[in-house]
Formats: sequence, C-alpha cells, structure tokens
Amino acid sequence: MAKVTLDRVRKVYPNGFEALYPCSFDIPDGELIVLVGPSGCGKSTLLRMIAGLEEITEGELSIGDRVVNDIDPANRNIAMVFQNYALYPHMTVANNMGYGLRNRGLPKSEIAAKVREAGEMLNLTELLDRRPSQLSGGQRQRVAMGRAIVRSPDLFLFDEPLSNLDAKLRNQMRVEIRALQRRLKTTSVYVTHDQVEAMTMADRIIVLNAGRIEQMGSPAEIYGAPASTFVASFMGAPPMNLLKGTVNGSGVLLDGGPTITRAAPVGHTGPVTVGIRPEDIELSDDGDLPFDVDIVEELGANRLMHGHLGGQPFSVSVNKDMHAATGQIKLALKPAAVHFFDTEEGRRL
Amino acid sequence: MADVTDTTAIATSTTRRRKRIKWETVGDHVVLILGALLMLVPVYMVFATSSHDAITVHREGLQFLFGDQFSENYNAALFEYGGFTDSVNGITMLTNSLILGLGFAIGKIIVGMMAAYAIVYFRLKFATFAFWIIFTTLLLPLEVRILPSYEVIQSMGLANTYTGLIVPLIASATATFFFRQFFRSVPEELIEAARIDGAGPFKFFIDILVPLSRTMIAAMFIIMFVFGWNQYLWPTLITTDESLFTLVRGIRQIIQAYADGSTTPEYGEAAALAIIAMVPPVLIVIFFQNWFVKGLTESDK
Ligand SMILES: Nc1ncnc2c1ncn2[C@@H]1O[C@H](COP(=O)(O)OP(=O)(O)OP(=O)(O)O)[C@@H](O)[C@H]1O
Ligand SMILES: [Mg+2]
Repeated sequence: MAKVTLDRVRKVYPNGFEALYPCSFDIPDGELIVLVGPSGCGKSTLLRMIAGLEEITEGELSIGDRVVNDIDPANRNIAMVFQNYALYPHMTVANNMGYGLRNRGLPKSEIAAKVREAGEMLNLTELLDRRPSQLSGGQRQRVAMGRAIVRSPDLFLFDEPLSNLDAKLRNQMRVEIRALQRRLKTTSVYVTHDQVEAMTMADRIIVLNAGRIEQMGSPAEIYGAPASTFVASFMGAPPMNLLKGTVNGSGVLLDGGPTITRAAPVGHTGPVTVGIRPEDIELSDDGDLPFDVDIVEELGANRLMHGHLGGQPFSVSVNKDMHAATGQIKLALKPAAVHFFDTEEGRRL
Repeated sequence: MADVTDTTAIATSTTRRRKRIKWETVGDHVVLILGALLMLVPVYMVFATSSHDAITVHREGLQFLFGDQFSENYNAALFEYGGFTDSVNGITMLTNSLILGLGFAIGKIIVGMMAAYAIVYFRLKFATFAFWIIFTTLLLPLEVRILPSYEVIQSMGLANTYTGLIVPLIASATATFFFRQFFRSVPEELIEAARIDGAGPFKFFIDILVPLSRTMIAAMFIIMFVFGWNQYLWPTLITTDESLFTLVRGIRQIIQAYADGSTTPEYGEAAALAIIAMVPPVLIVIFFQNWFVKGLTESDK
C-alpha cells in the first residue's frame, strides 16, 4: 500500500504529439481515484505511465517513497487489469493467477495458498482448473482481478475493465470491485469513460480533457461545483443545461428570451454562460421561465422533458409522479441551483 | 388445420425434390473422383509393382495386380546391404532420412522462431530492413547458392557429416515469415500483462510465446519435415560416404545400376523403397493434421 505522487508529469509521443500536458497530483494511501474523460484525452497514457509501460517524457513519478521513473513495470509492485482481460490463453485460471508469483520465485506451496485464497475471495474456486476460453466474460474479468490481488501490490491499475461486459454485469462488477478495493485498502487508479462508474466508485475523480486536468475532486464536488463547462456537460446524465446570456444587474438576460432573476455572478459583467442541472428545476405555475416542451422521454424512475427555453435547447428531469406533457409550462429556479461560467474560457465564475 | 396441411405439402415437396438427381452435384463428384484417381492410381501402381520381381517389371512394365514377391522385395529393400561398398541397407537410409527430416524441421523452427522473435519484439534499428532481406531470400532457391555453400562446408571439413548435411539448409525465410506474422497478431495487452508479471524476454518467449505458437509450430513442422525428407540435390553433393545416404538417394542408386548395364535393375525393390520412403511423411501428416489445419486457419488467442 502506498501513496502515489505525480510531479509535473508530461508525455510527448515519439511522433511529437503531446498526449499529456504537465500534471501534478497526489493519491493518498488507500484511495481509489478515477480518471475520466472523453476518448483520446490521455487517460490510458497517464495510467500506462504509472504502470511503467509507457516512458515518462518529463516530470517525476513516485510510488511510496520511491521515484519509479526508471523502474521496470515488474519491479514497481503494481498490478494492472486490462480492458480485454489479457489472460494467458494456454494457462489454467490458477496458473494465470500464479504466474507473476512464480516469476518472483515464490515456493509452489505458497503460490497455491495465495491463489486459493484469492479464488475464494472472488468465487473462482470451482474454476481454478479451467482455461480462459472456457469462462464467461464476467468470470474472465474476475480472474483478471484475481491475478491482480494475489500479488498484494502497492497499487491497482484498471484500464476500462468493465467496458466489455453487458450493462447488468457491469453494475454488479462495479460494486464488487469497489467492495474488494475497500476491503484490501489498496491504492487504485481506475480509468473509465463512463461517468456513472466514475461517480459511484471514486473517492476522488480527475476529469481529463485533451491531455489536461480539467478538475480534480470528490464526486460531490465535481457534480455540485463543476470547474468548467466541459466538466459540467461531461459529468451527469442528462448533462447540465448550458444557456448563453448577459449579466443584467441582479439577474441574467438569456439570449433570445426570458431573464433569470435573483441570480447573477459576483463581479462579472457582460456575456455569461448559465448552467442548470435538469434535475434542479421545479415546475411551478408561478414560475417566471416559459419552457416549450417538445418531447417527453419516459425513463421509469423519472421523466425527461426536452424543449426550448427562449430559443435555446433545454431539458428538465421530473419525478415520475409529476405530470409531464408537451406544450408550454412554467419553471421556477432556486438561485443556488444556477452555475455561472465564463463564456469564452468556460471557467466557473 | 389449414396450417397443418400446408406443412405436410411442403414436407412432401421437399422429399420429392431431394430424390431428384442434381446433375450439378454429379458433375462435381465426377471431377473430384477423377482428381482423386489421378493422384492415387500412380501410388497404387507403384505399390502393386513393388510385389513383382525385377524381370517381370522389366519385361511388362508397371503392374496393376499384386505379385508374389512382396516380402522378398521389402526384405531386400530394407535389410540387404548394397551400394559399391556394401555398407548401406534400407534401414540405414531410413534412419538417415529421418535424421535429415527431423534435424531440418526442428532446426528451421528454432531458427525461424528466434529470428521472428528478434524482429517483432525488439527495437532493432534495421528490423524491418532485416526482415525484408530475409524475405527476399525466399525467392532464391537453394540451387542458386549451392556451389558456394558446398565450398564453405567442404573447407570446414563438414562434408560427409550430419552437421554438414543439415546446418546449411536450416536458415529459413519461410518459417521466419510465418512466425513473424503470428507474433504480430498476439495482442499487445498480453505482452504488457506478462511484463507486469515480471516475465523477462526469455521467460516471455518460453512461457507464453512458444505455447501460444504450438499450432503454428506443428504446421511448420510438417511442411519442413517433408521438405527436408525430399531433399535430393544437397545430400547428393555433400555426402559421398554411402553410410550417409538418404532414402531418396537410395532409390536412385538402384535405378543407376541400369545405366551400368551389367544387370537388370531391381525394379521391384526400387518400388518397395519408394513406398517405404512415402510412409513417414504420410504418418507425420496424419499425426499432426488436426494441428496443421488449426495452425493455418484459426488462432486461439
Ligand atoms: N503510440 C502513440 N503515438 C502517438 N500518439 C499516441 C500513441 N498512443 C496514443 N496516442 C494519442 O494520445 C492520445 C491519448 O491516447 P490515450 O490512449 O491515452 O486515450 P484514452 O483517453 O485512453 O482514450 P480511450 O478512452 O479511447 O481509450 C490520443 O489522441 C492518441 O491518438
Ligand atoms: Mg484508453
């Protein structure tokens, strides 16, 4: 178990592409940190640098008290779970899990004991003699987890480990992985592009965008106070509504229509982007915002209404008991639910 | 009820259709059968001929029916010492052929795998260039370099040795090529998982790559064994010592007697030897055939 420190770590690929701009952060001992971001933003690059599979162009990476920049993956005492499991197809489950220990020169009896223990923890006991080709996707994923935990590493690395599973299994494995990590208290870095996974699993989330850290914080912080329009629209489903407008005294005049009263960014004038989460809005006959509903989506637990607010696209999520129909309705806003962003830079105001 | 009648109607019509002769199918079968006969009849005739004595064959040519000299011919082919020095019999030649075939196949697989391993997995400056150089040698048949090779082996004093017989032919562009293609199809994640598991280059090769390649190895083994077994020119050149003769050469030796004019060549015996020479490659193919097909078509990764 160990703390991980990145100090201005940067990655430039040999072809000159800057995949990761210098970034620094700490992962405290035992924490599970989720790297999230759209495809191609550099999540895998960052993870693979921590694993030692990709060279660090600049900066310093430490695991525990060691600077590991020049240390081989095998000697970093880490374990990695891959998207496609990467199990050795010709080895049994037991041998797959024990291979790393065998290479470390552990005695056979000790390997067998550790494999058995990990197998029990993951419900793999009956499968230990099978080959990967005789397992289902979820079972393979478990074996990959088993291979990681038998080595009692300082650090777990996950690269989209659940993306090949169906939705139901993904939910189940998500909970299992989280529970296992809590139990073992092993520092972990988990890469995903799924924001639900990020929100549910993380102690802290790092949102990456085009090779830069956009925001770092607990799921509640990321959700409650997104640092930029990018984070605001990336985290949360359905995404936050972003409306263009101009500050007008103690309110904001939205482009093409109504004014939001009683809420304005402090010390800012001129154009502004207003962010409102679809679930933070109330339907109210005394509301001052006319909302034209075009479509109603039925999601079971709640309903999503898509339409326009003064000409700008807008969505509202309402509880399943609320009546929802197309046509014009009135919305009421709580000032606390309104976020403001700089229109040009996307920064939170 | 109407549905049921309909189904029966369809069922009857299908049976009727099935009974009708499809001329296309018949045509296909005729072509296939002719093809099979074309391949099998010569082999059968050699087999039949191998049971006649030399005089019959000499007078009447190849035989369609079996004669009574079966055991005599095979006995002679296998156990009778012949050649100028009377030092070689069928068993010796069979052993020599086996050594050549096995040495060839195993040697080529080892060299080919190692070359491909170096090319695919190590950041060598000229790896691609080296590969294409190796690849172009595919276009050069052995005959092109046979004289210089002979010179080298001769001057190293390796003429008339198994080493001289096998080693110069071991470098194999074909095997290197196939193994390279195969290694490149091994998923990157697997290699990375092995790296994290602490498998160095040697362990990765032995523990992961070799077991993964086993179907490929089987396929290569068959091809290379048959190739080595059938070598004629190189063994002729490099071995003058009759105790190193291979079966393929031995057959020729028997026919050679005809050119000397002194006696009737032992046709029956030569045919028997030809049959004996066919058996091991056929056995190898039958034994490895499952793997062979797998190695060429499927990849269980
Ligand atoms: N070997 C390489 N050489 C050059 N550029 C690369 C290389 N590997 C990745 N990249 C680039 O670096 C960027 C980040 O890649 P990375 O694999 O880290 O993305 P990612 O965030 O993991 O995306 P995904 O969610 O699709 O897996 C991409 O734009 C990619 O094109
Ligand atoms: Mg990735």
